[in-house]
Amino acid sequence: MLSILSGEVLEEEVELTLAELCRTCQLPAERVFDLIDEGVVEPLGRDPVSWRFRGINVRRVRCAQRLEHDLGVNVAGVALALELLEEMERLRARLHRFER
Amino acid sequence: MEFKDYYQTMGVERDASQDEIKRAYRKLARKYHPDVSKEANAEARFKEVGEAYEVLKDPEKRAAYDQLGANWKAGQDFRPPPDWDQGFEFHGGGFTGADAEQFSDFFESLFGRGGLGGGYTRQTRPEFHARGEDTYAKVLIDLEDAYHGATRSLTLKRTEMGTDGRPRLNERTLNVRIPKGVRQGQHIRLARQGGAGVGKGGAGDLYLEVEFRPHRHYHVEGKDVFLDLPVAPWEAAFGATIKVPTPAGPVDLKIPANSSGGRKLRLKGRGIPARESGDLYVVLQIALPPADSEAAKAAYSEFEKALEFNPRASLGV
Repeated sequence: MLSILSGEVLEEEVELTLAELCRTCQLPAERVFDLIDEGVVEPLGRDPVSWRFRGINVRRVRCAQRLEHDLGVNVAGVALALELLEEMERLRARLHRFER
Repeated sequence: MEFKDYYQTMGVERDASQDEIKRAYRKLARKYHPDVSKEANAEARFKEVGEAYEVLKDPEKRAAYDQLGANWKAGQDFRPPPDWDQGFEFHGGGFTGADAEQFSDFFESLFGRGGLGGGYTRQTRPEFHARGEDTYAKVLIDLEDAYHGATRSLTLKRTEMGTDGRPRLNERTLNVRIPKGVRQGQHIRLARQGGAGVGKGGAGDLYLEVEFRPHRHYHVEGKDVFLDLPVAPWEAAFGATIKVPTPAGPVDLKIPANSSGGRKLRLKGRGIPARESGDLYVVLQIALPPADSEAAKAAYSEFEKALEFNPRASLGV
C-alpha cells in the first residue's frame, strides 16, 4: 500500500521569496528583475530582501521563459502575449459555456 | 524506424535558404506552441517542428541529413547506412537549448542524444552538492473532487540517469491527496518528489497542474460553476420549487414566476469551496414537451388560442 502524499496549492497557499522563485523557475535574479520591470510578475513588499511572490507567478514566469526561448519574443512581447493569452483563456471558457 | 522528412515537416523546399527555414520555424512555432495553441495535436506537432528545426538550422547537421538523399519518403522504414556520417565533423554541443530528450528515435539514430549521450559522466567530486530539478506533470480530476477533496493515484514516467551514466525510463505510481477547493490550472506542490539531488542536495519538488475532466452537466469558470437547468414552461410561468443537482448534492431551488429562458439564478457559495467560495449559477432552459399525442396537441392549441403571443414582436414583424 502506497502512502498518500499531501501537497499544497501553489496559487493559494504558497508565497515565495525571490530566491525560491529563481530556484523553482531555474532562472537568475536579473531575469526576474526584467520580468518585474515589464509587469509580468508583481512582488509584494518593498525591497528585494522582503519581496514575496504569489504562487501564480511561477506559472507566469515559466510560460514567459518558454515563449522567450521557443518563439524568440522579447520581455515586452512576452508581457503582451501573457495578457492576451489570459484574456483568451477567459473568453474561451465563456465561449465554451455558450457552445454546449 | 520511420524516416522523417524534416523539409516536409517544416513545409519548405529542400533548397530553402537558412533564412527561409528560420521564418518557417518561427511561423510554425507560433502556431503550435503549447502555451499558445489550442489545436488538439499542438504539443506533438511542436515537438516535430522543433526536431526538424534542430537539424535544418544547423548547416552541419543539415548537410549530413541531406546526403541521406532526397529519395526517402516520410514514414518509410529507415536504417542509417553504416558510416553515414563519415567525413562530417560535428562540433560538440551542437544542441542548442532544444529539449533533446523529446526527439525521435530517427533523430537519435543520426545525431545521438543531446547532452545525455555517452559523454555524460556522473559528478564524482565528493564536495559537489546540488538540489534536484523541479518536475511538472498534469493531474486530471473530477469537479466533485474539488468540492470534497479526494485521493488520486497517478503514474508518472520520467527519464533518470542510471548508475552507469545512461538514461532510462522510470515509472512510478503516486497516491496524491487532492485538496478541497483546488481549481483548474492551479498547481499542487509535492515537496521533494521531483528529480533526485546530487550529494547532499535534496530532491526537487514535483508540481502537479490540476485539470478538470469535462463534466456532463457543469461548466466551470474560475471558482464559479454553471449548470443549464431544463424547466417546463409552466414551472417558468408559475414559479416552482424544484430539485437541482449540485456537485455537493441536490438542493431545492425556487424558480420565480414569469422567468424567461436564459435567466440566471445564483446559488451563493455553492461553487468551488474556498475561503470565499465560488457561486453556482443555474441557467434556465425552457424545455418544450413534444406534441406527440392527441392530448398534447389539444393542449398546444388551447395555448395558442388563449394567448395571442408573438415571440418575434421585438423584431418588428
